[in-house]
Amino acid sequence: MQILQLKETVSFMKYRKFAMVFSALLMMAAAYSLAVNKLNFGLDFTGGTLIEVGFEEAADLQKLRQLMEDNNHEDAKVQFYGSSRDVVIRLGLRDDVKAEMLGNEILAILEEGTHQKVDMRRIEFVGASVGDELAEQGGLAMLTALICILVYVAFRFEWRFAVGSVVALFHDVLLTLGLFSFLKLEFDLTVLAAILAVIGYSLNDTIVVSDRIRENFRKIRDTSPEEIINMSLTQTLSRTIITSITTLLVLAALFWKGGALIHGFATALLFGVFVGTYSSIYVASLVALGLGISREDLIPEVIEKEGEDQEEMMP
Amino acid sequence: MLNKYPLWKTLMVALIVALGALYATPNLYGEDPAVQVSGLRGVEANVTTLDTIKGHLTDNNIEYASVALENGQVLTRFKNTEDQLKARDVLDDSLGNEYSVALNLTPATPDWLASIGGTPMKLGLDLSGGVSFLMEVNMQEAINKVKEGMVGDFRGDLLNEKIRYRSVKDDGDFITVKFRKIEDLEQGLSLLKRRYNDLLFNSDDDTLTLTAQMTEAKLKEIQEYALQQNITIIRNRVNELGVAEPLVQRQGKKHIVIELPGVQDTAKAKEILNATATIEFRLVDTEGDLSAALNGRIPPSSILLTDKDGQPTLLKKRIMLTGDHITDATSGFDEYSRPQVNISLDSAGGSKMSNGTKSNIGKPMATVFIEYKPTERRDADGNIIFEKVQEVISVATIQARLGKTFRITGSGSQAEAHNLALLLRAGALIAPITIVEERTVGPTLGAENVQLGFQAILLGFGLVFVFMAIYYRAFGLVANVALLANLVLIVGIMSLIPGATLTLPGMAGIVLTVGMAVDANVLIFERIREEIREGKTIQQAIHQGYEAAFSTIIDANITTLIAALILFAVGTGPVKGFAVTLSIGIITSMFTSVIASRTVVNSIWGGKRLEKLSI
Repeated sequence: MQILQLKETVSFMKYRKFAMVFSALLMMAAAYSLAVNKLNFGLDFTGGTLIEVGFEEAADLQKLRQLMEDNNHEDAKVQFYGSSRDVVIRLGLRDDVKAEMLGNEILAILEEGTHQKVDMRRIEFVGASVGDELAEQGGLAMLTALICILVYVAFRFEWRFAVGSVVALFHDVLLTLGLFSFLKLEFDLTVLAAILAVIGYSLNDTIVVSDRIRENFRKIRDTSPEEIINMSLTQTLSRTIITSITTLLVLAALFWKGGALIHGFATALLFGVFVGTYSSIYVASLVALGLGISREDLIPEVIEKEGEDQEEMMP
Repeated sequence: MLNKYPLWKTLMVALIVALGALYATPNLYGEDPAVQVSGLRGVEANVTTLDTIKGHLTDNNIEYASVALENGQVLTRFKNTEDQLKARDVLDDSLGNEYSVALNLTPATPDWLASIGGTPMKLGLDLSGGVSFLMEVNMQEAINKVKEGMVGDFRGDLLNEKIRYRSVKDDGDFITVKFRKIEDLEQGLSLLKRRYNDLLFNSDDDTLTLTAQMTEAKLKEIQEYALQQNITIIRNRVNELGVAEPLVQRQGKKHIVIELPGVQDTAKAKEILNATATIEFRLVDTEGDLSAALNGRIPPSSILLTDKDGQPTLLKKRIMLTGDHITDATSGFDEYSRPQVNISLDSAGGSKMSNGTKSNIGKPMATVFIEYKPTERRDADGNIIFEKVQEVISVATIQARLGKTFRITGSGSQAEAHNLALLLRAGALIAPITIVEERTVGPTLGAENVQLGFQAILLGFGLVFVFMAIYYRAFGLVANVALLANLVLIVGIMSLIPGATLTLPGMAGIVLTVGMAVDANVLIFERIREEIREGKTIQQAIHQGYEAAFSTIIDANITTLIAALILFAVGTGPVKGFAVTLSIGIITSMFTSVIASRTVVNSIWGGKRLEKLSI
């Protein structure tokens, strides 16, 4: 079976102006959304207390909110989580010394107020200092990952490819973050992990394409860089699509079956893999082309023994 | 011949996959309900404990599957949870305070598998249920306490040498000593420099001031000590909780991670972790009548305390010294190679000790360990009521006037000396700790997460299997075999690495690796199709396909591995679990999709004359 049977080379680069404008617009929109909506940071980063409880029958949120207010927890956010019997209550950071006891206190209030047996599903408490540290570490991790990858690709390929792939990664991360801020989805630790995985995946794609571009530059002479890139993209296209399909398939499985806890994780990856596929076709190669990649940059350095070529090059 | 592996290579691949499968099998056996009995405060469970436990169980007609002594703990397995719960209650009542009795689930791995190191994967708290705490050591407080002590020490040293000073103060970053005369400053500087070589001294002749600053090394040492000490204390307390397989581990420079699988009553756990323990030194009341005291006629200036064996001792009410003056306690041997405990005090403690002992040489002195233990009772506000538990842990005769450092000998075996040192250090908690993070997962959510993760993996696998089989036909099946081998290897390696824990994001990592691992096969297969289209023979196309795709696969996987390793380095808990499965998955997938799949392809199609290929 075959999804694509391409006889002709697709002129991907013909549409590069359109792709450039499209990507630029998307990135601007993402940046705008991040500036205006900010990221809806989860408990991991903001600190505070979260209690997830399961009731025997559907819960009445209004009543629970009232219950929280009556017990001097005006800042409590009460929401359903996954089903109408599961409820999550979020509380901000408190200055009290006994902040870590808050979860147990809320549990007691719920049991007393609803006269129901409440199933404690999880309690999370994160202190202020931890959240700050984590945000710092998370940002640092992302940056380190980008730099390490830049160095590796520059070492294995060429700096133009390295810049291209890092721009593509930046593009993917920015758009994924933009999506999260636009949809006001919660950004927690697992989402951060997903974004690092997106970096890994998108890079995977970019490298496969770059590898083919390098190979074709070495194999085929007297063809313009644009044509070479078009050829390489065409040759790798069916692989790009099939890998995206299998990855999206398993991610869909995670999204539907993985439960509410990793919904954010699956969402980030689903979207990230999608834009990652697009960016490996357009963003990375476009940047490499724009930086003036040419055959000479990719053929191995001439070794002294190959004297004939050298003589020709002399004036 | 093209596309033929030598026999040894085929066998090697088969062997590796078989080994992976072997070490993955313990995960199929499930778990037995068990009760774990471990000793507290240096008491070790031994063969006698084992016999006692057997006796108690038989007396109460509780059926058990096996009883074994492992690593100083007695593990009793049961056929069902009903017997397990009954046994826990019986043992808890009958064994007393020296042992902690905990419910446990032990892997039901068969003996032959266990004997070659086969264990099931360790489940993270988000899957097994339980609570994890992150505690932060207040390092500023630790440093301040040391500085406070230094101010006192400086004063004492200068006074002893009769060097006159105007003031000794802690100025935040420095300890400042002011003098009246330049000669005093010079003498003071040379004295202090000699005594404290881990401090940096500076002097200013104009203002007659001397400043001392701790070196980086000294600061580091203080923090390291504070952290280690807290870890030791928490380990002891956690053991008291009666939790099977608790984890107490440092994380970074000032954090301690505590994981208590299966614990639901987090309030009690928190109270215990936050509880304080102290040490007091008191003189033994040698004049008082012990037997009269036992009958209730305790002299008004005395109290009656017992040691861990219940042996009563009459002590003076006046406390000679409290444990917060202890700066260090270590166990070692004296000149007759008898076990001893060396104790160091701060300068205030030193002078108190010196005053307290000078007129009491030859008299016995007792060390009392005081702990606040939570009880089952609660007060009107619902707070847990604490019970003050006092216990005499050592009685020793004062041989001479004691000072800043002294030692206790004759306290029994080396293990006991070691334990005493540990308890003494516990009494001198130099840096307070606070809970900065808590994550509790209830048992229902944990079980649900396991199920969800498992379903996601199954569904993900199923979808990819079907897709690959339809798209690449026979070669798709080869890729599926490689995928299965990959899963087996991931599970096998996860079970074999002691530190690796399976978490819910970790399961997501496995799902993701499945999606990405096929990529390598897709690359190879697409390449083979391309080569066939270009008119190469079937055998050449297979050969070329594998060869040409190889460097691409390596490059692509190494960059993903970089991202995964960075995630491993900075991530904690569940996220670290994701990084672990992802990293392992990337490495195993390179083996299975390139080498293992080639082995299968070679042994089916290799070296044959083929007109068409099912790809």
